[in-house]
Amino acid sequence: MDYASQKLAEEKVFKDPVHRYIHVRDQVIWDLVSTKEFQRLRRIKQLGTSYLVFHGAEHSRFNHSLGVYEIVRRISDDIFHGRPEWDESERLVVLCAALLHDLGHGPFSHSFEKVFQVDHEEFTREILLGDTEVHRVLKKVGADFPAKVAEVIAKTYGNKQVVSLISSQIDADRMDYLQRDAYYTGVSYGHFDMERILRVMRPVDDQVVIKSSGMHAVEDYIMSRYQMYWQVYFHPVARSAEVILRKILQRAKELSEGGYKFAQPPTHFLSFFDRTFTLKDYLALDEGVLMTYFQLWMTERDPILADLSDRFVNRRLFQYVDFDPGKDYRKLGELAQLFRKAGIDPDYYLIDDSTSDLPYDFYRPGEEEERLPIHLLMPSGEIKELSRLSQIVDAISGKRRTDYKLYFPAELLIDGKKKAIKQQILEMLREGGI
Amino acid sequence: MLQEHAKIVDFIAAADGITGRKKMQKMIYILKKMGVPFQEKYEFHIYGPYSEELTARVEELCDMGFLSEELEDKGSYVQYKYSVTKEGGDFRNTLKESVLEDSAYAAKLNEKSGRFLELTATLLYFDQLERSEQIEKLHVVKGKLNFTEEEIEEAFAFIEELSALKKLP
Repeated sequence: MDYASQKLAEEKVFKDPVHRYIHVRDQVIWDLVSTKEFQRLRRIKQLGTSYLVFHGAEHSRFNHSLGVYEIVRRISDDIFHGRPEWDESERLVVLCAALLHDLGHGPFSHSFEKVFQVDHEEFTREILLGDTEVHRVLKKVGADFPAKVAEVIAKTYGNKQVVSLISSQIDADRMDYLQRDAYYTGVSYGHFDMERILRVMRPVDDQVVIKSSGMHAVEDYIMSRYQMYWQVYFHPVARSAEVILRKILQRAKELSEGGYKFAQPPTHFLSFFDRTFTLKDYLALDEGVLMTYFQLWMTERDPILADLSDRFVNRRLFQYVDFDPGKDYRKLGELAQLFRKAGIDPDYYLIDDSTSDLPYDFYRPGEEEERLPIHLLMPSGEIKELSRLSQIVDAISGKRRTDYKLYFPAELLIDGKKKAIKQQILEMLREGGI
Repeated sequence: MLQEHAKIVDFIAAADGITGRKKMQKMIYILKKMGVPFQEKYEFHIYGPYSEELTARVEELCDMGFLSEELEDKGSYVQYKYSVTKEGGDFRNTLKESVLEDSAYAAKLNEKSGRFLELTATLLYFDQLERSEQIEKLHVVKGKLNFTEEEIEEAFAFIEELSALKKLP
């Protein structure tokens, strides 16, 4: 029997709080889970800094990746199996892509990628195609198999049904993370009837559609997504921790570039500072490594690096106020000047942060839009876009919500020297001056 | 602060306005690939490389009053035209240095069609591949657009021409 179709002697299961059990029969999947690159995902939290707000949110990208695999396995083996419009030969490639779609995520990805200008999707591709254990497992399936998996994840694969199972406005990735993040954060949002959605998914032409009888389950999914984004993913306190994390990395980079002598040299970061990093350097990082540096940097001579590290480790986060950049951007400049006069570096202690989300979008007539809408399959066989039938979805379609915050260390503005300037700053911040 | 927003305003001002959302997406992607320091993250979507972050930023800039968005009716289709407002011009001045050293590049991109920019951006997305593989991949993901050999040659020549930008900061 060839490796691609080789089955385990006995089915293996992972106990999972979201899907109850994750079932593995394929030798390829079992071997991929055992690779060191996949095991590394255990050491990268799914929700980054959210654990500082929702203490249960310590789950990893490993859990999530298995969850996405399980959803795709159910679709492929239970829902699409035997349907003439589904190509059974795509089964293994879509399962592998589901399992490996987040492989290139690094520690605290969001901040790390911003500061060092790297892209986790590039690393996913490098892990799949480079000299790695994952690559060796995939290559045993076929010489071109690693590239196929990479193409599905990069959304450039020829079969669009396969791509949309992993990445679309209603895909296995989102269905897993909404439920998983809701479970681990303990919030009551994020729940929807996934079983119902899976049962009414159908492969049609070059897309995956939902039978119209499942429209209400999809409405619930869209609303869950909307609520999770604003209640969990964009939580202003978690964003405060992200801001501090970003500034720690930025400070360490700046100090290193300026020739500063670290008591604890940032060995793991040096190749990222000068952009000579290799895949091996990237894979050597995880959140344990970063947290160790932050702990050690708490006693660095540089007061900014020491303070920011201490803030992150001991959860002394920045305060925030809402601001309207269109109206207040000039005042932001004035405020930065006042911070300097008060002896507080605004590059590290006065940070604007914006976040926005579009819960669902669809094509508007005439303009070429990039998002593939959710299509419903009517009993007549006709295909209709979701928001044309659902009033609930129509009400939030195409409506972006944006939130702007200004972060600052409130306690530094209360005590110490230069009280008059600090008072002026506080008044600007508190009295709607900004 | 708000420097990434200011870069977008600066670029649209340098291009003297841009008509078409797809066109703007591809112009900025192409420049980013040439080393121009735009920070927006791109992924592959229906029309090639696309940045959700850029879409969000442009909508935010419209809400802030720094960009104006006008719907132009072209008969069989509509397009959005983006231009910098007076207030946006003031905001642009907060940028420490212009995102493009030579604004002629913005005009050079702007005079190309959306179709041509989609082709160029897609080829650049696959620039880690050999040229023949890039073309093969283009036909897989853009089969319906039937790009001709001449168009593909022209796109490669354009990429070559733009590569001078890589020397810019």
